[in-house]
This record gives sequence, C-alpha cells and structure tokens, in this order.
Amino acid sequence: MTYPIPPGTRDVLPEEMRELRLIGERMRGAFEDAGYGEIHTPALEYEEVLRLGDASAAGARYRTFDEQGDVLALRSDMTIPIARVVATRYEAAEPPFRFSYLSRAWRATDRGVGEPREFLQAGVELIGIPGAEGEAEVVALTIAALDAAGLRRHRVGVGDGSLYARLLHAFGVPAEAHLPLLEALSRRDLVGLDMRVAELGLAQQQRELLARLPELRGGREVLERAAGPAAEAVESLRVLHGELERRGVADRVIFDLGLVRELGYYTGAVFEVYDPAVGFTLGGGGRYDDLIGRFGRDLPACGVGLDVQRIHLAQAAEEALA
Amino acid sequence: MSATDRLTIAVPRGALFDGTLDLLDRLGVETAEVRSNDRKLLFEDAGIVTMRPSDVPTYVEHGSADIGIVGKDVLLEQDQRKVYELLDLGFGRCRMVVAAREGGDPIGEALRRLGRVRIATKYPRLAARHFTETGRQAEIVEVKGSVELAPLTGLVDGIVDLTATGTTLAENGLRVMEEIEVCTARLIANPVAHKLKAAQIDAIVAGVRGP
Repeated sequence: MTYPIPPGTRDVLPEEMRELRLIGERMRGAFEDAGYGEIHTPALEYEEVLRLGDASAAGARYRTFDEQGDVLALRSDMTIPIARVVATRYEAAEPPFRFSYLSRAWRATDRGVGEPREFLQAGVELIGIPGAEGEAEVVALTIAALDAAGLRRHRVGVGDGSLYARLLHAFGVPAEAHLPLLEALSRRDLVGLDMRVAELGLAQQQRELLARLPELRGGREVLERAAGPAAEAVESLRVLHGELERRGVADRVIFDLGLVRELGYYTGAVFEVYDPAVGFTLGGGGRYDDLIGRFGRDLPACGVGLDVQRIHLAQAAEEALA
Repeated sequence: MSATDRLTIAVPRGALFDGTLDLLDRLGVETAEVRSNDRKLLFEDAGIVTMRPSDVPTYVEHGSADIGIVGKDVLLEQDQRKVYELLDLGFGRCRMVVAAREGGDPIGEALRRLGRVRIATKYPRLAARHFTETGRQAEIVEVKGSVELAPLTGLVDGIVDLTATGTTLAENGLRVMEEIEVCTARLIANPVAHKLKAAQIDAIVAGVRGP
C-alpha cells in the first residue's frame, strides 16, 4: 500500500539525511566562524506581519486560521522573519547584526516535477553595513560556505537589480512603460525585450544599450564594456569588484548586468549562485535596504539563501564529473 | 549544464528540423550525421541532441542541453519554463489562431447564448490565457490528434491552433477568426549555461546576427 504526499514535498531517508545533515552542519560552521549567530523563527507567522515585508509574495503562501480567526501563513523565506526580529527584538541594539539560519521554508508551485513546495535553506543576513562592503562580505561568505559544504566549482553571479530601471529613467522613458520592459527582462525574454525597446523611439545607441544589456556578463571586463550612461550606472558594481578583489574572491564572481531577482524587496546588488555541474541556480540574495524599515527600524541589509538539497545535487553531479 | 566546455544543442525534429540544421551549418556545426540518420537521437561529436519539439524547453531548462531551437508556440504554451529566450531566428513562421466553421460566428453565438465557448486545442495553457485576457469564458478541451476534426463533429465551437498557410483549415471548412500571435523559431538558453558558457553562447548569437 502506498499513501501519497503532496507534489513538491518529499520524505528523506537515513542515507540521504546523513549527507544533507553534513552539508548543513558544515555551512552552519562556516557561518558561525564568520561571526553569524544562528537564529530560529516560527514556521507559522501572522500573515499581515509577513505582508508588511512583501505584499506580492504573501499571496503565494500556505495559509490557515488560528483559534481567534487570525490568518497564519507558512513563511516563504527567512529574510522577512529576520527583518521582523531585528526591528522588534534588537530595537535599541547597536548594529551591525550578523545572523545565519538553517531552516525550512514553503512556496506555492504551479509546476510539475522538480519544483519543491518545501525546501531547506541555509543562509545569512548582514544588517547595518551598507554598500559594497556588506555585499562583498556576504558574497565571500557564500563562497566559503559552499567550499565548506564540499563544492569546488561554484560561482556567484552579481548584478544590480536597480540598474535597468535607472537607465530607463535616465533615458526619459515614461514610468508607465517601465513595467512591461522589466517583466520581459525578468522572464529573460530577450526577444520580447528587444521588441519593446524598439517601440520606445529612442536613439540608436540608447536602444542598443537597453536591448543588449542582458548580454553583458563575465569578469571585470563587462564593467569596462558598459559605455555611456551605463558606465555611471555600474559604478557601484565597480566598487564592489574592488572589495571582492580585496577579499580574494573576485575570480569566483560573474558580473551580470541583466540580473534581476524576482522577489520584490531587493533594492541594489543581487546575487545568484551557480555550479557548472547543474543547470539550476543553488540560491541567491541581494541588498534590501528598505525591508527592515517597513517593520520600523531603518537599517541597510543584504543576505543570501541557499537551497541545501540543490547543493547536495550539485555536489553529487560534481563527483560524477570528477 | 552539460559537462563539456562545448555547447550541447537541443534540435527539434519536425517542422523546424531542416531550418535548424541549415542554420547550424551556417554556424559551422557539423550536421551531416544528423541529416543522414533519423533514428539516432544523440550525436555527441556534433554536440547535438534531437527530440520532439515540445521537449526542447524541458532539456534546456534542466541543463541537459545548454541551448536549443524551438518554436515560439511551444514557449508560449510552456511559459513557466525558466529558460532565456535569446533570439528570434525568423524561420518557421506560423500563426497561432482561433478558427471556427465557415459561415456564421459559432464562437460569438455560443458566448451570447450559453455564456461560454468550447475550444479544442493542443495548446491548453495558451488558449485558456488568450480567452481569459480577452474577457471571455472558455472551456478548453485538450486533444492530441487533428484539432480540425473537433468543431466538425460538434465537440467544440472553435479551435486554437498553429497554421502556416491555412490550407488544412480551409480544406476542413474552417476559417481564421482571430490571430493570437505570430510564431517563429527561437534560440533559447539554460540560465546557468548563459553565465558559465557565455563566450560560446555569444559566438552563436553573433553568428546568427551576422556581420
């Protein structure tokens, strides 16, 4: 007799569990060594509190009611709960704060096999250190934690989530035209993007820049290749490159000027983590300078969340290639 | 992502097959073996895997192929796939249309009198989206074989299907009522390969764009 479990969820048996546990423990160790204290928050939160963090993502969550009729929701990441904790439990404490977590989160899925509803994330949040200094610390720690987990070939993609919108603004594209362009970029529909950019009636050079920006990815040279108005816009990434170089991890980073993350709360630098052995991202993150302020304490912050099971798959795939 | 530094290319068998191989020839990819052998699926020397067109996004999303060639119709139907759509390749031009029996307006009639229309298609997601976006209630009936048969037998009021010349529609007494989208072949890429094999992918893109 077999009894079903919901698609996107899974049972983990001892052999796999031992390996997952080992990856988790090693990453936790790397975070702890870097001064990131582990934090635990409830799986269930008040939906209206989570909504303060990100109204658009809240709709995708699993919801239930408590005895009082209040709506409870399963968290879909750890960033929003940690923002809540910082604003409410560290109200008067002196930043910076460094937190890590190894926790489950839940997301709705409309897809078939392979897209999990429940996933185990290992990650960090660095709160109170603005700009490139904070971002470089998080990127370097991401690389170190994956080293500790046993990966060898992982890379971090770094972009600026606000870059494209700033360029549109600089070129005088009316605000109502931004959304379809950003949506095409976020879907990675470069054909659609090209078409929509052509309709804007911009000068040839501006048009090319907007249509070809997602092709600019690679090492430091892509920051040099960004010409004209884009050159100014990538200045913050140039500073970040300097910080990464100082930490000795610049060669593990791919600058990607078309990178945008889907979650609504990112305000600047965004990250994605890759391993050449697998075709999916291992996780991501970025800078979210407005989020904690929505809970009442205005602090700059950035962080990263990595999917432990995907790291396990990447590790197995790396072994198979070796 | 495929393990070698070289690209693995997903090639659709079917209507786009010849156009795709011609394109790959121009890009300097060896296709003679693929042309001469229509049973074999994996051509490791050339870095080509051949498959049913609707499977191309699946292989590319997973990274078993780094890039692929696929019709926009397939991408519209599988819009949940996380792949980069890099280029419109221009060939394989078709139209995605709503069609119904000639004479009268069976779709309008059904909507007026019954409040909904029944539509047969091989593209259920795309069809449902089109009718939702145009503010009409539709019951979508998914069929696997000849869609043209469905309205002739009274199964449905209309169909959503891909047509190149319109000949098959006309021969079955159907006519185009609405055009949803013009579909051509597209070049797609795996998101991770797009970063980690950037030089190889850019070479393909530059090759297609020409000097």
